[in-house]
Amino acid sequence: MYDYPDSKGHFGAFGGRYVAETLMPALLELETAYKEALADPSFMQQVDYYLKHYVGRPSPLYFAERITAELGGAKIYLKREDLNHTGAHKVNNTVGQILLAKRMGKKKVIAETGAGQHGVATATVAALFGLECEIFMGTEDIRRQSLNVFRMKLLGAKVHGVTSGTATLKDAMNDALRHWVTHVRDTFYVIGTVAGPHPYPQLVRDFQAVIGRECREQILAAEGCLPTAAVACIGGGSNAMGLFYPFVNDEAVRLIGVEAAGFGVESGKHAASISAGSVGVLHGNKTYLLQDADGQIEHAHSISAGLDYPGVGPEHALLHDIGRAEYVSITDDEALEGFRMLTELEGIIPALESSHAIAQVKKLAPTLSQEESLVVCLSGRGDKDIHTVAEAMGVKL
Amino acid sequence: MGRIEERFAHLLQQGEAALIPFITAGDPDLGTTVKILHELVEAGADLIELGIPFSDPMADGPTIQAASERALANGATLAGVLDCVRQLREHSNVPVVLMGYYNPVLHYGAAQFSHDAAAAGVDGLLLVDLPPEEAGEIQEDLRRSGIALITLLAPTTPRERATKLAAVGEGYLYYVSMTGVTGAKQVDAAGIVDEVEALRPLAAVPVAVGFGITTPADAAAVADFADGVVVGSALVKIIAEYADSPELLDQVGGFIRKLKEATRRSSQ
Repeated sequence: MYDYPDSKGHFGAFGGRYVAETLMPALLELETAYKEALADPSFMQQVDYYLKHYVGRPSPLYFAERITAELGGAKIYLKREDLNHTGAHKVNNTVGQILLAKRMGKKKVIAETGAGQHGVATATVAALFGLECEIFMGTEDIRRQSLNVFRMKLLGAKVHGVTSGTATLKDAMNDALRHWVTHVRDTFYVIGTVAGPHPYPQLVRDFQAVIGRECREQILAAEGCLPTAAVACIGGGSNAMGLFYPFVNDEAVRLIGVEAAGFGVESGKHAASISAGSVGVLHGNKTYLLQDADGQIEHAHSISAGLDYPGVGPEHALLHDIGRAEYVSITDDEALEGFRMLTELEGIIPALESSHAIAQVKKLAPTLSQEESLVVCLSGRGDKDIHTVAEAMGVKL
Repeated sequence: MGRIEERFAHLLQQGEAALIPFITAGDPDLGTTVKILHELVEAGADLIELGIPFSDPMADGPTIQAASERALANGATLAGVLDCVRQLREHSNVPVVLMGYYNPVLHYGAAQFSHDAAAAGVDGLLLVDLPPEEAGEIQEDLRRSGIALITLLAPTTPRERATKLAAVGEGYLYYVSMTGVTGAKQVDAAGIVDEVEALRPLAAVPVAVGFGITTPADAAAVADFADGVVVGSALVKIIAEYADSPELLDQVGGFIRKLKEATRRSSQ
């Protein structure tokens, strides 16, 4: 029976709690508070209430008929996380974590963000509950995602531009950790993905698992049987983990994680930590990382700011090692094709992150029979990426 | 008796606190680091913390982040850092503790690292992001090579946890004087006296204090109640400022002499 993490936060050889001593007591406190919350039915009722009435759950599982016809293979179902309030799956987790923060009596929250979706989701729920909110975001991502930056500011968050390193998600997380170490006594750190020190990978997975739970019920209702595969994109891997987790014990369902291959894995400019990385420790957990021969973290590259991260959640590292999930990669160009296909054939503009999963489905569906089905997590909508796509197409807005 | 233990025992007899300067290895380059190390010893350093540069120094403020970036840009590697220690060891018995983040050591391989570091003359290892809960995977290798794994304690560490960690500490305990990153603000010596004094009788080893100690006056104040005083960012700033100047070693030496004077004068 699949049962991870263990009591010390390890997913097999991965995960753990690799942080400075200053943060250890806060993590132990969080772990205890989370356990207590889970044991308190009123807490989960509260989470469910806001997911239903504020986020708009359950999100639909939509049969994408025209893409299915176009690809001529398995039936393709889209799990529409893009229809959530704030436009992505990230809010599932921020509702859960901020309710937990409130329960713990914290008045301030901080978060790192790449594409800005997690930043917006954090700022949104912080506004809802009247908490002070500060967001850390790389200046390169601020440039790529100016719309989301303005949204966060409108929501009352303070946005810190991070200039160190590559000025992307990894560096934003470094600065968020630096801020947390300084203000740990009164600040709750809302981590946006299934990475970071224990208990975050578990916490975020549990709050995102609503995606897979709903999806499993919905596909059974629609098809009368489980899908051949569940497909999702992976940066840190939160939407994928949320989709996969409720299917982990359904051995017949293939779990397929799609990493960003950037300019191609062989080019060295990519974000495919599992496909092309090695084991190391960064941001509080042991996992697959992009690193050089001396253990220095290498720069990731992806057209999608949300996947532009040189690591991956430790549970994905485990699922890879035990062979339960498959990890593949999709280039920037392939993702853009996926983006166009979904936009033109279904009238759905997907986030560039989710476009990686769509691009994988484009490869996979034709190899399967028409009796089979695929579920794919459409993790977010693409409004935020319009400028990046225009730039890639050579169009000036 | 190891070099760390010997040095603290000697200082205790003299009634002095240990002056423990920190520098980032490879800043501005590995050759200069060796010269700076010699200068530190010459000027009165009792023990040296030598930083292993890392691409993502999450517990460091801008000063040491920048030093790490300069070192990596100039080609510093962990093997190169060990070589600096080897060169220092040819002339000096000063205890050397390598300080940094876990990933470069993990990637080098715990067994290989322990062997090579001991051979180079390293006495201790302090990894900011390797708390005791995770240290098991490297501790045996270090012990076999006689390298002390230094434990950090923070102002947020609850008393019960501190008691447990202090009792099993190796080399010395590093008490982080504030919640924050390195070099962020000035130490509040009066605010931590009670904590450190409560810790000392619980500790199997001496207690050094670091973070925010920038001036001889800070050093003197902390030396009143701690066994060791760590000065990092303030020194790294001087190295950054004089990196290209012929005055570099004089500036470093001058600063260390003043600090050493402070840890000598005020001790019990």
